[in-house]
Amino acid sequence: MIDATATEIARAVNAREISALELAEAAHVRILERDGAIGAYLSETYELSRIAAQRVDDAVKAGTSLPLAGVPLAIKDNMCVAGTTTTCASKILEHWVSPYTGTAVQRLLDAGALPLGKTNMDEFAMGSSCENSALGRTVNPYDLTRVPGGSSGGSVAAVAAGEATVALGSDTGGSIREPAAFCNVVGFKPTYGRVSRYGLIAFASSLDQIGPITQTVEDAALVYDLMAGKDPMDATTVDRALEPTHTALREDLRGVRIGIVKEFALSALEPSVRAVYERAYADLEKLGAELVEVELPTAEYGVATYYLIAPAECSSNLARFDGMRYGLRVEGADIGETYEATRAAGFGDEVKRRILIGTYALSSGYYDAYYVRAQKARTLIAADFARAFATCDAIACPAAATPAFAFNAKTDPVSMYLMDYYTIPMSLAGLPSLSVPCGWSAPTGGLSPMPLGLELSGPLFAEASLLGIAHAYEQSTRHARTVALPAIPHVAAGAPA
Amino acid sequence: MSSGDIDVDYVAKLARLKLAPGEAEKFGTQLGALLQYVDQLANLPVADVAATAQVIPQSNVYRDDVARPSLDRETVLAGAPRREGPYFRVPRILGEPS
Repeated sequence: MIDATATEIARAVNAREISALELAEAAHVRILERDGAIGAYLSETYELSRIAAQRVDDAVKAGTSLPLAGVPLAIKDNMCVAGTTTTCASKILEHWVSPYTGTAVQRLLDAGALPLGKTNMDEFAMGSSCENSALGRTVNPYDLTRVPGGSSGGSVAAVAAGEATVALGSDTGGSIREPAAFCNVVGFKPTYGRVSRYGLIAFASSLDQIGPITQTVEDAALVYDLMAGKDPMDATTVDRALEPTHTALREDLRGVRIGIVKEFALSALEPSVRAVYERAYADLEKLGAELVEVELPTAEYGVATYYLIAPAECSSNLARFDGMRYGLRVEGADIGETYEATRAAGFGDEVKRRILIGTYALSSGYYDAYYVRAQKARTLIAADFARAFATCDAIACPAAATPAFAFNAKTDPVSMYLMDYYTIPMSLAGLPSLSVPCGWSAPTGGLSPMPLGLELSGPLFAEASLLGIAHAYEQSTRHARTVALPAIPHVAAGAPA
Repeated sequence: MSSGDIDVDYVAKLARLKLAPGEAEKFGTQLGALLQYVDQLANLPVADVAATAQVIPQSNVYRDDVARPSLDRETVLAGAPRREGPYFRVPRILGEPS
């Protein structure tokens, strides 16, 4: 049962075929067996999962049906859960315990989910490989020598390795979609403003969004429906009617127009990767979709735009980590030195780089040339999408240009930033966007076949239509199941991977 | 706009980051490469384009000014690096050195 989908688990627990407590135990055993090798979790919250399971079992016995009854849940470690450490995989918050639980997590716990633990990530969600974690190393379950992607690397690895049924991630420029593609799972970023960020430690506030990471699109829809909606604790959540997505799943694509982006030519990709995407587009057509070419002439400026806006917002958000009210403090001779020493010791290189670039882009004399220009470029990028969606219902493209790469393969920052080439434009436009497994790279020289993800994106607030399209594609192709998860060696927890 | 040479020490001071020996050179090179990359934005015709701060149709959001319970003081102070009674203990901000 522990390898079943959330939909199947909730049904079985509500039918009293299995108890939530049995699932909490099975998930715990699974983590003990596998996480020594995978490193998905920074902390396990076994006791909390047992308490939650007991509550679920009591409710079910009393006749209450819960939509996520007994579903094992992993939570990215930038989301607050009362009584747990919330570290953002940073030394500056290594020992900080959350005083409250964020809204998105709370809504899933109220629906019967079991909180298994907090997952590894790039520090403060800044990275595309999970290598920027200051507190742990997560590997790709499909090839332990490769990265899981990032920043939600621990969350995708947990679901891929069967160490969680559902995980929460956060996506600023691709941090749910790129790792989901790398690890053969579904990763969904809803429209900006759909899911409350109360309790999510902020990185770039005009971009950050929480979303589900699951084995199937159906599970993503189930979890999204439970999390989404206005929250008085987050003024950026939109007050707009929610269209249920879970009941909008469809089996074919007749009457659907899918946009293929002229500027994202597949010829730029390595041949075996290109072949996978060519087949994916053909499969959409076979399901009845009409493929139409759309133009996004400014999308190629997405990465440049993002690497001014996101660092600018990060430099402002991370100013709160000054060693006064929470987290690390390194005492200096006076308050200025205390600030500087605390932040120097607490932040890793990538966080420092982004704070520096953001501070520079916002500083006097450069503000208009960099920050404001990027905000204007963002307007053009969003307008391109609006034009494209006049002629199509969703846009299909690769989630990433390559499958997961080896550790230490990307040593210069710009080459790592370009990993999000296909995900950043949608983030800048605020669009709902997801990655669904779409096939496997051809293995060469004895290497393992690696999963690839198809990115599907829709207009603002079109979650129901988007998930419906993704479900039809997934159900007709079932790429996620065509390669079995390799055997995962048992390594004692805490041992070097 | 031009990538130019970024004065990393000055920017680090603005950002309240103490740099270790060698870090100014390392970050300077990396930030220079990024600035060179973002210089491509100069190709975009943005003169008459409005800036976008956020993307959804949302303006000011107000709530009633009603007092309500906040987080428990002890729970919050438990996360403080230093405390004194019911307060955060912080270094002296004004006046002579502490």
